[in-house]
Amino acid sequence: MAKVVVITSGKGGVGKTTTSASFASGLAMRGYKTAVLDFDVGLRNLDLIMGCERRVVYDFVNVLTGEATLTQALIKDKRLDNLYVLPASQTRDKDALTKEGVERVINELKETFDYIVCDSPAGIEKGALMALYLADEAIVVTNPEVSSVRDSDRILGILQAKSKRAEEGLEPMGEHLLITRYSPKRVTLGEMLSVEDVQEILRVPLIGVIPESEQVLQASNSGSPVIHADSTDVAEAYRDVVARFLGEERPMRFLQPEKRGILQRLFGT
Amino acid sequence: MALINSLIDYLRGSKPKSASVAKERLQLILAHENPGRRGAPDYLPALRQELLAVIAKYVPIDPEQVKVHLDRQGDYDLLELNIVLPEGVEQR
Repeated sequence: MAKVVVITSGKGGVGKTTTSASFASGLAMRGYKTAVLDFDVGLRNLDLIMGCERRVVYDFVNVLTGEATLTQALIKDKRLDNLYVLPASQTRDKDALTKEGVERVINELKETFDYIVCDSPAGIEKGALMALYLADEAIVVTNPEVSSVRDSDRILGILQAKSKRAEEGLEPMGEHLLITRYSPKRVTLGEMLSVEDVQEILRVPLIGVIPESEQVLQASNSGSPVIHADSTDVAEAYRDVVARFLGEERPMRFLQPEKRGILQRLFGT
Repeated sequence: MALINSLIDYLRGSKPKSASVAKERLQLILAHENPGRRGAPDYLPALRQELLAVIAKYVPIDPEQVKVHLDRQGDYDLLELNIVLPEGVEQR
């Protein structure tokens, strides 16, 4: 049975698109046929992060209006065979998204895909509401920072009230907390909310912690989801997230400041 | 715990760390903004309205001055009512 997963946060710039790209790639790497959908109509960016921006011909809105079929609009990932990207429209406005239209597209995707990952726009308007409406599971991306935590709390309330599952009184959506841009060193210094702090405030099961890293910018510069940056902490952390999502037990990693060797300490690098 | 921490801070003469300030501020504001999500029962607004009506029968009162707040402390819930009566109310 196909599953719909929304990557959401309320606040912008916390790592939703980075997470959508790496999470969807991770599912595909594990052998699941996965589609990742950009719901940020008017401000499309998932195509850049996935590195397929020059291959966009049709977009989500074209499919909704019937100007293109899903098969025409889906872009096959160049790295992974069973991963497809549905870009958002860059020119239309978000009113093009309707509950009925989005449901029709997602139902069609469910026939051939195992996972449908919805990259939500920031905010709590139409695009964000459409991205979460049909979700079975939600990954709430949160930075250990006051405005991000507050907005995550808000979006969690919306997940519980405005999703189709909530409207129809079905089993509630599965919620997962993903903390990104985590700096263990600053947490130790008492300058940053800890994983425990954020968890205690939001009360949602933790699916992973992604350390703050230069790799994320480098990955987006080159249009390759950061999960492909082999043997980096961020890629490992995202692979753990995917494994936990699939029900595997993985201890949390990268929560302690990196230990510096004697030489590093001596030379202060 | 918070008390012990602030005591330690006080003895050390250091300011509280900004992360603990952030945590306290968030806990306070979110308890207000989204009580339903924090497992608080949804009868609180109705309870507040009815209390207001009862009190208004006896003393003129500003609706803003009736605060109903539910807090979780470990194993028990604390229902906190804070009613500020206007000054100069004569007893009947």
